[in-house]
Amino acid sequence: MDTQKQLDDFQKRIDNGETIEPKDWMPERYRKQLVRMMSQHAHSEIVGMLPEGNWITRAPSLKRKMVLLAKVQDEAGHGLYLYSGTETLGVRRKELIEDYIYGNAKYSSIFNYPTLTYADICVIGWLVDGAAIVNQTMLAKSSYGPYARANLRICKEESFHKKQGYEMLAKMASGTPDQKKMAQDAVNRWWWPTLMMFGPNDSDSPNSAELIKWGVKTKTNDELRQHFVDRSVMEAEAIGITLPDPDLTYNEETGHWDFGDIPWDEFWSVVKGDGPMNRERIKARRKAYEEGEWVRKAAKEYAHKKSLEKAS
Amino acid sequence: MSTFDTIPQTKKEIFTEILLRLADDRLILGHRLSEWAGHGPELEEDLALANIALDMIGHSSALYEYAAKLDNKPDEDHYAYFRDDIDFKNIALVELPKGDFAFTIARQFLFSSFSYFLYKDLTDTIDDEEFNGMLQKHFKEIKYHLRHSREWVLRLGDGTEESRRRIQHAFDELWMYTGEMFEMDKTFELATENRFYTDVLKWQIDWKEFINTTLEEATLIVPDYDQYMFTGARAGRHTEYLGFLLSQMQFLRRSYPDAEWK
Amino acid sequence: MSNPAEQNTEWPLWEVFFQPSNGKPFEHAGSVHAPDSEMALQNARDTYARRNEGIAIWVVPSDQITASSPEDRGPFFDPANDKAYRHPQFYSVPRAVKKRK
Repeated sequence: MDTQKQLDDFQKRIDNGETIEPKDWMPERYRKQLVRMMSQHAHSEIVGMLPEGNWITRAPSLKRKMVLLAKVQDEAGHGLYLYSGTETLGVRRKELIEDYIYGNAKYSSIFNYPTLTYADICVIGWLVDGAAIVNQTMLAKSSYGPYARANLRICKEESFHKKQGYEMLAKMASGTPDQKKMAQDAVNRWWWPTLMMFGPNDSDSPNSAELIKWGVKTKTNDELRQHFVDRSVMEAEAIGITLPDPDLTYNEETGHWDFGDIPWDEFWSVVKGDGPMNRERIKARRKAYEEGEWVRKAAKEYAHKKSLEKAS
Repeated sequence: MSTFDTIPQTKKEIFTEILLRLADDRLILGHRLSEWAGHGPELEEDLALANIALDMIGHSSALYEYAAKLDNKPDEDHYAYFRDDIDFKNIALVELPKGDFAFTIARQFLFSSFSYFLYKDLTDTIDDEEFNGMLQKHFKEIKYHLRHSREWVLRLGDGTEESRRRIQHAFDELWMYTGEMFEMDKTFELATENRFYTDVLKWQIDWKEFINTTLEEATLIVPDYDQYMFTGARAGRHTEYLGFLLSQMQFLRRSYPDAEWK
Repeated sequence: MSNPAEQNTEWPLWEVFFQPSNGKPFEHAGSVHAPDSEMALQNARDTYARRNEGIAIWVVPSDQITASSPEDRGPFFDPANDKAYRHPQFYSVPRAVKKRK
């Protein structure tokens, strides 16, 4: 059991703004929360490759094809950094992966929606990656060193993801009538799920207070969401896109944009596994994992043979 | 207009034809590799395959861009998106479906080793300075592609029973598509005379030697070089697979040709 | 090395170090999984050098790294605090020399 003295000393380090490193003493609960949060983040990057990967073979120009492939590849890299960070807490990547493809571990629900037109790719860049950047910028200051460093690296790479999406969406929004239609339709479908990415309202988020106390997060779900809405309103306006919320109004008093009710029923339903693409996503990841088994085994066997040859 | 059966006449036409042949090989194989994104056998390998795909599509794009200048076409996308399968000049090897990881590796190894010898010789031969600069830059990346696929051939060949069976099967299946790499037609001959291309037959023996050594080191059986070889793809007579690949690749761009997509 | 009889097909973990540019010291970049050292090098390149982040790479099996423990912090590093003579500020330089800089 963690003693009160240990807990107090730990809290003092956090309050002093110190960074916690893998070998430092930490409360068991802090470790568990980190494993949960970091691995969820990693799974999200990996599952996130699927909806976008869906358009690599159909991208409408060679430039866009390369941009999209590079972006999907970055997501594999981000997943890898985050798994590496999680492994410093004494868990194995294999266990973590099996936890979500065979078990109940979660990943961001946003990736359980389908990408129907190429405009979805632009909107994912603009809104979904935009929201992820808001989150990850905060997490780059996380109290756990390996997590903070992984996020710092991710943030550096991710800014191009948002820019390419926003740039292409702007082109579509001012393009032909067909392009405009696709652009607006994609925003209509992705807006609310994006707002859900920040998690439940603070009043319904049991983990939030604890994560903030321990400096894993430094802002609440609602604060981050508000920041994102304020920014998105301006960005939408600049390119002639309408956000699908009739209740969006500027609040003189708070200096923020008030927005309508988020459809939380849908959120909880998708989290529990009932979203349009949940089963497909897991199926695809499981297939890749299982079909990779003989490859991983062969390489390991080869390494073993070679090490025996070397030894003899 | 289809290009098969027509032999380019002017220097410019010959050079353009060479650029397109090189570019088409690389675009189609890059496209096939990109199908792995998100589905690789391990995270690290997903990144590796995407890197190679990006390099190859990048090479094709640069070659198309060069051709577009010579050929008075609007841009690189013209060639990728607005030609039909009978106009594509790639060899059939690169258009076959991606198959399993063993198939992907075996094909990459065959193609990258060919590319390696070709670019090595080309960079010593080519007259055109800009073209040569481009090839030298791409050559560095090709060396890495070859290293990656060769190391995997060794691991799969000398790994487990299953991996050996799979990669042996892949080589056996791919073999009949290797002949096209060394076919010299009238266009290639004219190009070689003009120093836009090189006589591939003069280093074919080195290529074979390299393939044989690697396969033997990987404990694999080298298939028979004297078997039936597929032919005709360079002149537009492709397998049935290319049409499906192109219909996917081109559909959006062709559905809305007046829209801005770059 | 790994025992293939064991059913676990997970590749071992390697720590990756990059030299950012000529003459600079190597820095820790992160880690990768790989079956052997050649693949570890390739994976490190594909994972951590996608944007030309370095010119040379080291890979080391993670289980071969020995790290100091947090309890060592005092005994390992504190004694240096009272060795002021190891720091350049300990020495005074004539004013004339300073000016010429």
